[in-house]
Amino acid sequence: MIYTDKVMDHFQNPRNVGVIKDADGTGQVGNPVCGDMMTFSIKVKDNKLEDVKFQTFGCGAAIAVSSIVSEMAIGKTLEEAMKITNEIVAQELGGLPKNKLHCSNLGADALHAAIEDYKKKEKDEAAPGPEKEKVQKSKECHCPYCDGPLEGIEGICSSCHVDLEKCPHCGNLTKKGGEKCAKCGAALEPE
Amino acid sequence: MKRVYLDHIAATPLDPQVVEAMLPYLREKYGNPQSLHSAGQEALAAVQEARSRVARLIGAEENEIFFTSSGSEANNFAVKGMALARRDRSQHLVVSAIEHQSVLHSAKSLEKFGFSSTLVPVDRDGLVDPEDIKRALKKETALVSVILASSEVGTIEPLAEIARICRSAGIPLHSDAVAAAGSIPLDIRELDVDALSLAADQFSGPKGSGALFLRKGMRILPFIDGGIQEGGRRSGTENVAGIVGMGKAAELALTKLAERGERLRSLRDRLIEHLPQKVDRVNLTGHREKRLPHHASFCVEFIEGESMLLNLDMKGIAASSGSACTSRALKASHVLLAMGIDHALAQGSLVFSLIDSTTAEDIDYLLDVFPPIIDRLRKMSPLYTKFLEENEK
Repeated sequence: MIYTDKVMDHFQNPRNVGVIKDADGTGQVGNPVCGDMMTFSIKVKDNKLEDVKFQTFGCGAAIAVSSIVSEMAIGKTLEEAMKITNEIVAQELGGLPKNKLHCSNLGADALHAAIEDYKKKEKDEAAPGPEKEKVQKSKECHCPYCDGPLEGIEGICSSCHVDLEKCPHCGNLTKKGGEKCAKCGAALEPE
Repeated sequence: MKRVYLDHIAATPLDPQVVEAMLPYLREKYGNPQSLHSAGQEALAAVQEARSRVARLIGAEENEIFFTSSGSEANNFAVKGMALARRDRSQHLVVSAIEHQSVLHSAKSLEKFGFSSTLVPVDRDGLVDPEDIKRALKKETALVSVILASSEVGTIEPLAEIARICRSAGIPLHSDAVAAAGSIPLDIRELDVDALSLAADQFSGPKGSGALFLRKGMRILPFIDGGIQEGGRRSGTENVAGIVGMGKAAELALTKLAERGERLRSLRDRLIEHLPQKVDRVNLTGHREKRLPHHASFCVEFIEGESMLLNLDMKGIAASSGSACTSRALKASHVLLAMGIDHALAQGSLVFSLIDSTTAEDIDYLLDVFPPIIDRLRKMSPLYTKFLEENEK
């Protein structure tokens, strides 16, 4: 088996699967192009994570990572939860195969995105203003190939060095010179 | 626990008769076929016997068979060797978009030697249109290479038609028949290809044994320079036991071809008909009729292949997938993408490949354990939740 017993346990019996109906914050990372996509929803009480639920489209590692992140996060303060890193997640699972380590990034990222979403909503309530587009933007700022963070909208991904451009069909980022858009699958004109 | 192995595209069990045929060449008959003494001549005779058995499987002549270490090597040998032998005047290749990596990457590495290549597309069923091959041909095309049947989607290509086009243009044609040889009848004269790759492990022969058919008179650059083995085109001391095993496996495959195809086709169809009935949003990949008799492949919507494989494995079922997560390179199958299947759907790829010993009970067992696995994974999937929400609206 390519996975540790702990990974297989979380894969077979994932904790906290689902969606919180009246969530205080939600986060989504990844996309089906790289194989994994995760959504986290959180319930916050007195600055603590009272409940965390997740849904995952992905491999065994991705499911196990989401499960253990949810388990680790419940009961933690928001500050503590923000300190959950991919290294800690992989360690907690007794290690992950090298080519699956990126899954552990996604789990923590999705949780953090949900916490950021909660904080933003809190701030919006205190001082309402033109803030809406920020969430949209942060979703766009991840490389569609490796999910590494992107600084600008176009250019080369600093994580996997893929040259990116906007797809003329759907507007999402995709590989420059690729045959098909990574997001919508539309055929791209060769330069 | 019940064990059902449905990944025969990855590996087949050795036929006991093949093991028996090989054993003497791993024990007492250890001579080198190039030696003049009796021990050597005994080994040489065994290699030649194997050569004629492999030739008979595809209707070729004995001296048109060259043994290799694998199907991948046969593909490398053909694409690089035939292209480089013509490089003085011809520096262009035509290959289909759904070739095995050993063909695609060979074409890619030929770019370093000044070659360019045209990738011919396929339709939604994975079929190459022979007219597209015709359009892709140039005056300076050195070689056309089109897979006979895809191991990922099972589609059998219209090779005889493609061969007619290549023949009239005077351009040699190679076909990767690794997934097809031993499973469907192949006659090299009928197909009229100039080179064909085979691998023993696809028809109950040993791993590490492959062969290239090369039509008499076809030019090719030697793949391994050295001695005079394999007519000087592929040097190195022969893998005698492996070659003998391939020969025996080819002989057995040939006698069973017709009957086997009939039986496997009916089991395959049972799976293809019932799986999408048991679970909604399961799509067949590849052509419904023009496909390998032992091959059934699908894309399951909203979930990912590796998580399905792990769950099936826990129920004793071995299958494979072309999803990004199951590949070490974390890239979805180029075959599925070339067929216009989008990334999310390609992630849900599953391939089941059967063999003689597969029973109707095996298929029914799969049909029984499959729905709860899919149900469980879909409940975890954000894509499925989204789909349900959109359907409610």
